[in-house]
Amino acid sequence: MEIINQHLISVLVFLPLAGALFVLLFLRGSQKEAVRWVTFLTMLAGFVISLKLFLGYDADSTQTMQFIESTPWLPEYGIVFKVGIDGMSLLLFMMTTFLGPLVILSSWRSIEDRVKGFHVCMLLLQTAMLGAFVSLNLFLFYIFWEAMLIPMYFIIGIWGGPRRIYAAVKFFLYTLFGSLLMLVAILYLYFVHVKQFGFYSFDLFDLYRVHLALGPEKLLFLAFALSFAIKVPMFPFHTWLPDAHVEAPTAGSVILAGVLLKMGTYGFLRFSMPLFPAATEYFYPLIAVLAVIGIIYGALVAMVQPDVKKLVAYSSVSHLGFVMLGLVVLNVQGVEGSVIQMVNHGLSTGALFIIVGMIYDRRHTRLIADFGGISKSMPIFATFFMIVTLSSIGLPGLNGFVGEFLILLGAFKKSVVLGVLAASGVILAAVYMLWMFKRAMFGPLDKEENKSLKDLDPREIAVLVPIIVMILWIGIYPQTFLRKMDRSVEGFLTRTGQNTAPPVQPLERESLFMTESISVQDFGGQGHGNR
Amino acid sequence: MEEAIVFSYIRWIPLLPLIGFLINGLGARAELGPAGTQRVHWVACLAPFGSFLISVVAFTKLLGLPAEGRLLTDTVFTWIASGEFTANLSFSIDPLSSVMTLVVTGVGFLIHVYSIGYMHGDKGYSRYFAYLNLFTAMMLVLVLGDNLLLMFLGWEGVGLCSYFLIGFWYEDPEKAYAGLKAFVVNRIGDFGFLLGLFLLFWGLGQNGIWTIDFGSIQEHVHLLSPAIITAICLLLFMGAMGKSAQIPLYVWLPDAMAGPTPVSALIHAATMVTAGVYMVARMHFLFVASDLAMQWVAWTGAITALFAATIGICQNDIKKVLAYSTVSQLGYMFVAVGIGAYAAGIFHLMTHAFFKALLFLGAGSVMHAMGNETDIQKMGGLRKKMPWTFWTFMVATVAICGIPPFSGFFSKDEILWLAYSSHHGSTALWLVLWIGAAVTAFYMARLVFLTFFGEPRDHHLHDHAHESPAVMTVPLALLAVGAALVGFVGAPASLGLTNHFEHFLEPVVGALPHGDHHGSHATEYIFMGLSVAVAAAGILLAWWLYLRAKEVPKIMARKYARLYDLVYNKYYVDEIYDALFVRPIRNLSEKLLWKIFDEKFIDNGLVNGTARFFQRSAQSLRRIQVGDVQSYAFAMVVGILAIIGFLLLQ
Repeated sequence: MEIINQHLISVLVFLPLAGALFVLLFLRGSQKEAVRWVTFLTMLAGFVISLKLFLGYDADSTQTMQFIESTPWLPEYGIVFKVGIDGMSLLLFMMTTFLGPLVILSSWRSIEDRVKGFHVCMLLLQTAMLGAFVSLNLFLFYIFWEAMLIPMYFIIGIWGGPRRIYAAVKFFLYTLFGSLLMLVAILYLYFVHVKQFGFYSFDLFDLYRVHLALGPEKLLFLAFALSFAIKVPMFPFHTWLPDAHVEAPTAGSVILAGVLLKMGTYGFLRFSMPLFPAATEYFYPLIAVLAVIGIIYGALVAMVQPDVKKLVAYSSVSHLGFVMLGLVVLNVQGVEGSVIQMVNHGLSTGALFIIVGMIYDRRHTRLIADFGGISKSMPIFATFFMIVTLSSIGLPGLNGFVGEFLILLGAFKKSVVLGVLAASGVILAAVYMLWMFKRAMFGPLDKEENKSLKDLDPREIAVLVPIIVMILWIGIYPQTFLRKMDRSVEGFLTRTGQNTAPPVQPLERESLFMTESISVQDFGGQGHGNR
Repeated sequence: MEEAIVFSYIRWIPLLPLIGFLINGLGARAELGPAGTQRVHWVACLAPFGSFLISVVAFTKLLGLPAEGRLLTDTVFTWIASGEFTANLSFSIDPLSSVMTLVVTGVGFLIHVYSIGYMHGDKGYSRYFAYLNLFTAMMLVLVLGDNLLLMFLGWEGVGLCSYFLIGFWYEDPEKAYAGLKAFVVNRIGDFGFLLGLFLLFWGLGQNGIWTIDFGSIQEHVHLLSPAIITAICLLLFMGAMGKSAQIPLYVWLPDAMAGPTPVSALIHAATMVTAGVYMVARMHFLFVASDLAMQWVAWTGAITALFAATIGICQNDIKKVLAYSTVSQLGYMFVAVGIGAYAAGIFHLMTHAFFKALLFLGAGSVMHAMGNETDIQKMGGLRKKMPWTFWTFMVATVAICGIPPFSGFFSKDEILWLAYSSHHGSTALWLVLWIGAAVTAFYMARLVFLTFFGEPRDHHLHDHAHESPAVMTVPLALLAVGAALVGFVGAPASLGLTNHFEHFLEPVVGALPHGDHHGSHATEYIFMGLSVAVAAAGILLAWWLYLRAKEVPKIMARKYARLYDLVYNKYYVDEIYDALFVRPIRNLSEKLLWKIFDEKFIDNGLVNGTARFFQRSAQSLRRIQVGDVQSYAFAMVVGILAIIGFLLLQ
């Protein structure tokens, strides 16, 4: 027990990996039920243990980064297994452990082919995602970050729809392209750090202290930002998302929308923005404008989609536009709204994909035109669908409103024009979601195939009820969650604030390439000699 | 400000209907059985009745306090706090919200009871009552909420219930569409409301004020610049235009009649649609600081009042006539609040709640009797068949027409008089409303004459008609008593009576703006006479046209066919909106943004283009290392020749 308490985060991160190994080594592919149960119970245990983390996190402590673990790995290169959690990553971490068991439960009956492989992939993915949220060492982060790609690539490519190979390759290459630029930027930063401080470190807090001239800082910011912007995805880097979502199996879509996209926004929050505050300020107009375009553009395109899954995919572009806007306005309301909105989007959009999956399992189509009047044949389903729809359009009293309201309030503080434009998203969201709902769920039940649809079974209800509870909880009493991150957001703002970060060292102009070449030599001299 | 008194029962006023909603919503079953039906409507009706009782207690508590200190509050918990911004989940009752609460729970309760009869045997019985309870809860949050954000919660909540209930019979695509239209049009208004709210928070925040309860906003309103105040008022009023169906956002309300008739009575006549008026009254301290905003509100109301009334003349659907009438009457209320006569606006809101709810329920009773027929051209002669419905309907009609001493007379006449005499008013404003009053009397009389008088025009329907059961007629009778008598609480001083209503509201919204230059009692009497005369004229004209010279309306319709078509088709406003906004946005999104920009340009062009570029370059580069010795040799020879050539040429 003591071990668990000492290494709570590691236990949580590697529990799914252990589960994956167990499934891999001790279960045969034909033991489908056993595979499902082991996976589900592993995920569920992860969630239960993570509650300890949530309850144990001290929101009042001035030390915002808590549960820190630091184990040397390759210390001579500054590579340390260092993890920890603050109020912002805590919420995203909790959301991930929360969605884990639900996702497994939701695809209990939809995955019948290569069950073992699928569940192993899901468990590996869970470890990678959780690891990425808690890494405080850039090397470690990068490993988790890239590790996420592989299981997701297989999930889309093997268990996906007809165009799964195209979608999987596109997803993989597109995000990998961004990641490689980030890797270059990480290495550059690493060597600058050596130059300035004389020791090797990938530690995030060490790298925070690196002082950069504006020129290189801008380039580094762009390299990080591009990688994250693709993941978010921000307009105009979003076109992999509809393809990936449409082809991915339900569980893949849920995790993709619910958690993977948050990696992008989280990346901005944890890395791009605090590492490069001056560049953040410099690029604020660009990002803010792209975010607002994303809000409106995503909504307009979502409105005319004939395929429900594509509609939800484009709505994600719109919702994540809100998240990005909240981040870059750099004030308490904007950032807190943003983090809450990340969680909200995970819940609402995750639930939407689960719901679309439920109807797809029954009808084997996702075209809105193939439905109509489903409320009559599936009233329980209709009720859940309605609540989630309302959460997605930001109805006050449900979770979406809290996030959007705070983001817009923050946006107004920074720029009234941006606030006004972004707020127009509230009209459009109602249009595309409710219009879809009307066409799919209302009207006469005139298609034969829809008349005999079975309403939700207890397993499916069990998947949705916890999500609905959270939707209501965050909507009615968001303080439970907002309070956890108050101090962390303050810290983040101090870190990124222009006036509160005096230069550590006198300015020294240096060319990007020169620094790198010098440092590489140093690096080589330290023992990694070329063979 | 005086220290408010804590009264922690206030939270139960919205909470009781919310509990009712949860019980009936979670227990919703397709097959209820008699016992289940009983349970559903007992729960559903007791909830608002309980709220009503608490409201009465709160009201008497208020009366027991000195006029300036009439404020009860109840803070439940902190709702959203982020940085310096805090919004509480807290309720308060002052005279203004007390009046609203009594109307919502009182009239609301009667409509719940009436629904037992009206919805009898419907498949969605428990779903219906669940929604009705949820609506009541949300409306009470709207009214009792102590800050603008909580008001917005209620504001959106009632809109949601309206959406649910308009599309209650969702299998009919038109009804489902009507619900969607209501929600979306309201959202357009809410967009304005939300912007106003942000602008207000932002403006106050600039001055370091982040508490957003109404008291604090009122206290600090002087910190805002006049331009900002005007902008905030106009934006907030945009929300009111949506919710209270004013030009140009009124288009959803006539379609909203797709819902069950008691819903039209409760939501689309008595309570929700008046939320805009209430909001302006609640935010009066902002509006009085902006002349432009006041004028805008007053004139929007006046033009809507007349415009909607003219459409009412040509409608043949009994509920549509009443819907346009509601739009028109809401216009009168906005004129009142626009000229600063807040108490008069709320007074008309209250009387209207009685007589309009009664009219709708009467119409529902008629439809119930006629097998859901709504076309008044097929009715006629019903007064003997349905005496209770007929007489109560008559009371409501004379009330809305403004015949003394029925309630509508006092409230409408007060607005007309102040529209002329107060310093925000003008003769032009009065004239528009006065003509509107004539038109109102005309279309209401036409409705009554075609429905209840004359000979039955469809004998088959007529033979099956019957009076409704007591569970429906008793609420009608109670509302009729209200519609007849409630006007006396706000009787004008010029008639030697006391305007209790105004005195009650005065500490909150200020005194009525009394005519400073041309407002003697003698003139007031003349204007009263003019109001009554024009109403009588409207009724007489309708009597002549629809009971005497019955061929004249048809001849006129033929003679002025174009004008008639224009009015009959509601000035083609829906079609204009469709052509101007709906279709262009859809086409833009589908054809340009999605198909061309997103798919062709970004995805196929930029993204896959990049991929193709690498693929093609690789395809070409591949050739240099495919292991084909002959081409290597060839390349070597070409290279050697090139070098030799180069050296030679040098």
